[in-house]
Amino acid sequence: MDWFYSFPNMNDDTLRNLKKAMDEGFKAFTRQYGDVIESFFQPLQYFLIQAERFMTTTPWPVMIVLIGGIAWIASRNWKIVGGTILTLLLIGYFDMWSDAMKTIAMIFVGTVVSIVVGIPIGIVMARSDGFQRMVNPILDVMQTMPSFVYLIPVVMLLGIGKVPGLIAVVIYAIPPMIRLTNLGIRLVDKDVLEAADAFGSSSWQRLRNVQIPLALPTIMAGINQTIMMALAMVVIASMIGVQGLGQPVLRSVNGQFFSLGLFNGLAIVGIAIIFDRVSQAYGKRLQKHQEVVHG
Amino acid sequence: MADRSVQGAGIKIKNLYKIFGQRPQAYVEAVKKGMSKTELNEDHGHVLGLRDINIDMPAGCIQVVMGLSGSGKSTLIRHINRLIDPTAGEVIIDGADVCKMNQNDLRQFRRHKTAMVFQKFALLPHRTVLDNTVYGLEIQGLSREKQEEQARRWIGRVGLKGFEDHYPNQLSGGMQQRVGLARALTNDAPILLMDEAFSALDPLIRMDMQSVLLDLQKEIKKTVVFITHDLDEALRLGDRIAILRDGEVVQQGTGQDIVLQPADEYISSFVKEVNRGRVIMVDTIATQSGAPSATGGVTVKTGTILEEAAKTMTDANQQYATVVDDNGKPTGVISMNNLIQAMVTPISHLTSKAAAE
Repeated sequence: MDWFYSFPNMNDDTLRNLKKAMDEGFKAFTRQYGDVIESFFQPLQYFLIQAERFMTTTPWPVMIVLIGGIAWIASRNWKIVGGTILTLLLIGYFDMWSDAMKTIAMIFVGTVVSIVVGIPIGIVMARSDGFQRMVNPILDVMQTMPSFVYLIPVVMLLGIGKVPGLIAVVIYAIPPMIRLTNLGIRLVDKDVLEAADAFGSSSWQRLRNVQIPLALPTIMAGINQTIMMALAMVVIASMIGVQGLGQPVLRSVNGQFFSLGLFNGLAIVGIAIIFDRVSQAYGKRLQKHQEVVHG
Repeated sequence: MADRSVQGAGIKIKNLYKIFGQRPQAYVEAVKKGMSKTELNEDHGHVLGLRDINIDMPAGCIQVVMGLSGSGKSTLIRHINRLIDPTAGEVIIDGADVCKMNQNDLRQFRRHKTAMVFQKFALLPHRTVLDNTVYGLEIQGLSREKQEEQARRWIGRVGLKGFEDHYPNQLSGGMQQRVGLARALTNDAPILLMDEAFSALDPLIRMDMQSVLLDLQKEIKKTVVFITHDLDEALRLGDRIAILRDGEVVQQGTGQDIVLQPADEYISSFVKEVNRGRVIMVDTIATQSGAPSATGGVTVKTGTILEEAAKTMTDANQQYATVVDDNGKPTGVISMNNLIQAMVTPISHLTSKAAAE
């Protein structure tokens, strides 16, 4: 009755050999293709470095005016612009300016990559049930797999640094982008689609004139979620060498520096709120035509 | 067809069948041999949408397809521009079978030959009235100037001048459907498909839109296919009417044909409620013989509906009137007595009388 109380697991040796074989296989793969993969991500690294250089070398007053301006263009709301500028001033005053800029650069690039990759995938998913069935479980894995686990192969392949950090951020942040694009397009009013067909729209015209514009509120919600999730990855990404607000947090965990952790943590929250309010206000403004309802 | 000003294209629907389900082709033969709708549904899990539809819609006329919900009328209209693919049969427009077109030809056909108005308007909510109206021309790839020129003209014609920059949400249902109509007319296609276009509107607005359509049709002379569940609307608009029930045509003809000679009980039950004075024409009740010596000089043209004739006669305070053709030649006489009788007489009586003539 021994098997009843202790699970009849795989033979220890076999298990060890299996793990060893997998590890060695992956190591061999890394040695073989590491360089190729690294050069594949070269443009990403370039983009990231440029963004970071721009954010950190631009004088802070210019940066504040710039970010405030973007907030105004997107939201047309003085309260949001005021809140944005105040948050930035506080971050600067507490000596976290440069780290904050690095984090914003990272989030910006991560979000752009997520949008550029995620929206087309979402569109294809909405058009093909088969593709949807295939992608959905992958997205489930991406969202539930602990981030540390996929950090391992990424670091093995690309080493420690910005690009692997960015990839980790994108893996974590892209699922809502894909899912909500897919959902938004699938929810587009069938009657309007039929009208577009009846007038002889090609499938590209259908997509551009009807599906994307009508799915836009949902897609905007996806962008918003992506930004929030990217910010949540800041601390974990700092473990593999991503600079920014995450690193002081990591240091404060190791050294039990309460105030350091608190300040940097609050700075991340502040940035999150700025991104959230501005992107939501922008999404709402795009939907202005829906607000005025005939009485 | 001889009329030069007719812009429409005739539509011939031949032996059209539509079966909904997993393997519709497998059951076409059985249905053709007479399998009933119920049998197909209960024993084979397929739904019979349309059975052996044959309608010949002449160019430049308003063809109404009438039926209650579930009769297949919306399915039928979607076969004309193939938003629904038929299981068997042909839809011939300008000598080409729509059902056999490839994707590209079909798209060109939809762009240039048809325009459609929908029950639920189906406007693009993120576009203004003007931008909605240009949609068909935009798809065709015309220059923006041309698009706007056409669109503004039709927006004016449907009575929405000044609303060009409003969004659909800011308009009432009636106004939204005017946009739908303007969008379809701007496309300038010979065939106008209207799927219960006015059914979602309240009665007064509906009458209003019917008048708009009739006025426009005098000028544009398109082939209009109009779907409705309302017999009054069908009689008011239709040059020809086809009545659909359970996916089959039960009767087709002019409004008067249907009111005077309903093909079966089902149609009789509809026709009962109709205001006959607005449908029946004086020709039907005019008599050749026994013309009274004095008609008081009152004349009514052939093709006048009874209600109008009655008004003419009461205005002139006369009991009799002469029916004249377009050249003013007398063709018969009507009496107020006959007229009122025809307006209130039950169908059976009138049909036997009409048959006797």
